[in-house]
Amino acid sequence: MRRFNGVLHGQLWRPLLVLAAIVLLLPWFIPTPYIFTILILIGIYSLITIGLSLLLGYAGQISLGHAAFFGIGAYVSGILTAKYAISPWLAMVIGVIVTWVISYAVGMAILRLKGHFLALATMAVNIIFYILILGLDEWTGGASGLVGIPGLSLFQLNLGQPLYFYFFVWSIVLVVIVFSTNIVRSSIGRVLRSIHDSEIATEMLGVNVAKYKVAIFSLSAVYASLAGSLYAHFISFIAPPSFYITFSILLLVMVMVGGVHSIWGAVLGTAIIMFLNEWIRYIGQTYFQISGQVEIVVYGFIIIVVMMFMPKGLVDVFERLWRKIASARIKEVEKRKIAAERGDLA
Amino acid sequence: MTYLLEGKQVTKKFGGITAVDGVDFHLKQGEIVAIIGPNGAGKTTLFNIISCFLPPTSGEVLYKGERLTGRKIFELARLGISRTFQNLQIFNNMTVLENIMMGVHIKLRTNVFSAGFRLPVVKRDEELAYKQALDVLEMMELKPFINEKAGNLSYGLQKQLEFARAMAYDPTLILLDEPMAGLNDAETNQMAGYIKELKKKGRSFLFVEHKMATVMELADRIIVMDFGKKIAEGTPDEIARNEQVIRAYLGEEAV
Repeated sequence: MRRFNGVLHGQLWRPLLVLAAIVLLLPWFIPTPYIFTILILIGIYSLITIGLSLLLGYAGQISLGHAAFFGIGAYVSGILTAKYAISPWLAMVIGVIVTWVISYAVGMAILRLKGHFLALATMAVNIIFYILILGLDEWTGGASGLVGIPGLSLFQLNLGQPLYFYFFVWSIVLVVIVFSTNIVRSSIGRVLRSIHDSEIATEMLGVNVAKYKVAIFSLSAVYASLAGSLYAHFISFIAPPSFYITFSILLLVMVMVGGVHSIWGAVLGTAIIMFLNEWIRYIGQTYFQISGQVEIVVYGFIIIVVMMFMPKGLVDVFERLWRKIASARIKEVEKRKIAAERGDLA
Repeated sequence: MTYLLEGKQVTKKFGGITAVDGVDFHLKQGEIVAIIGPNGAGKTTLFNIISCFLPPTSGEVLYKGERLTGRKIFELARLGISRTFQNLQIFNNMTVLENIMMGVHIKLRTNVFSAGFRLPVVKRDEELAYKQALDVLEMMELKPFINEKAGNLSYGLQKQLEFARAMAYDPTLILLDEPMAGLNDAETNQMAGYIKELKKKGRSFLFVEHKMATVMELADRIIVMDFGKKIAEGTPDEIARNEQVIRAYLGEEAV
């Protein structure tokens, strides 16, 4: 059983342990709070991109509207805690439930669409959400944003402290990765991939395709909502521009750069784009005196390069490299064996 | 007696064109029935109506005496109906094994939550799917390609794989849309062999096919269509001697 599971799905524990080790060790090498902030944001955004990887990479359904679900989580948490002083944990759960209900309803309506039409419909959802948070300024603070969102604390542990928050966010990321890989490594994962390849054949095999599409859409929305709540408590201030389509597109770039067909690719892509982002900003400001959003230009370039030269993303590139190294090592061993045998004969 | 599958005055109009025109047909348990006819005769349309891909303009299809028309496509598998496609619909990016494991999906009970928390049902399901898929692969002589990506197989093997996937969950009735199209003689014979083998086990087949030799060899009964109408029905011998059929296929002068 174990062997065929390995053949079917590859390894689970080794990459997970590697990631856990990286997460544990990184703080010892990071001196500046600035980079800590980035690491925390990478964790938060990874939650969304993991969901997108399930939706886009496995089930083959695109979404250009996940910034909206991110925003629903952030605003529900923000409004309930800042204006009504509800416990942040309760607010987070309410945010998840609200997002689930909304995404389920939206998904039922728009997931019949395919390809470009689905992309446009999800984009429309994002725009509607954006206009709503701008317009409902009594609750959301409108364009000037929502301030005074309290930090999180867990059993007297002040998660406002970046180090604690860092560990908290990344442990959630690890749980979400395990949950998602479990889905991928089951019959559900097969159903998702088969929907990607041929919807009518999947349907003919007795699978209610619409049900699965909506379920995975809602799941990814719930991940985004969770990320939104964490974001709101971490930054303590939220404003509409963070939840516009540009952010949805950025999320897709992250997933694509990492590799859509892999949960790990989502995390990798998120980390790379986030660091690249900071780097571009730094280079642009110090050497070219450009302020403003230079990174957008670079994203466009990155998308083209990725699509042309590594459509399966960085994870695939790494995997192929690894296989080459491994096979080279095996060949080396065999060569030595042969040489040794010859030596024996001589 | 109730037939396994029965069509009553099935009609389909696309705008001004009548693609299928009042066709009656039936199929008994354990029977192999072929639908033949020149290109554009309405065979595939009829096929799509039977498998609920298209609603008929009028008329209805019954399965075991109950109305099949109007059902959702995904409900058919649980009723015991399975089909293959004229333009192959295999899962290209999945392995041969995974393709077949999808074929036994309706026997599994895992849902998104039990999968996420990896409840015991997941392991049970995976083992069940794996075992059953292995049996099917064994029977369909696909075992050497078990871990091959389906998209990398030759056309003949892909066709074989699609057939294997369609019969993986022991359906009662299998609808085959041109199962021999694109196959060479050896592959055609092999496929015919599988169909005969399954017939012995009591499965029923309804298939559309252009290769006459195969049709004559396999079918217990043949339905001939032309311009949307059923023009003849009978055993292969009767059909081979039917003047109307010869006229439809070869033109007036040939008769």
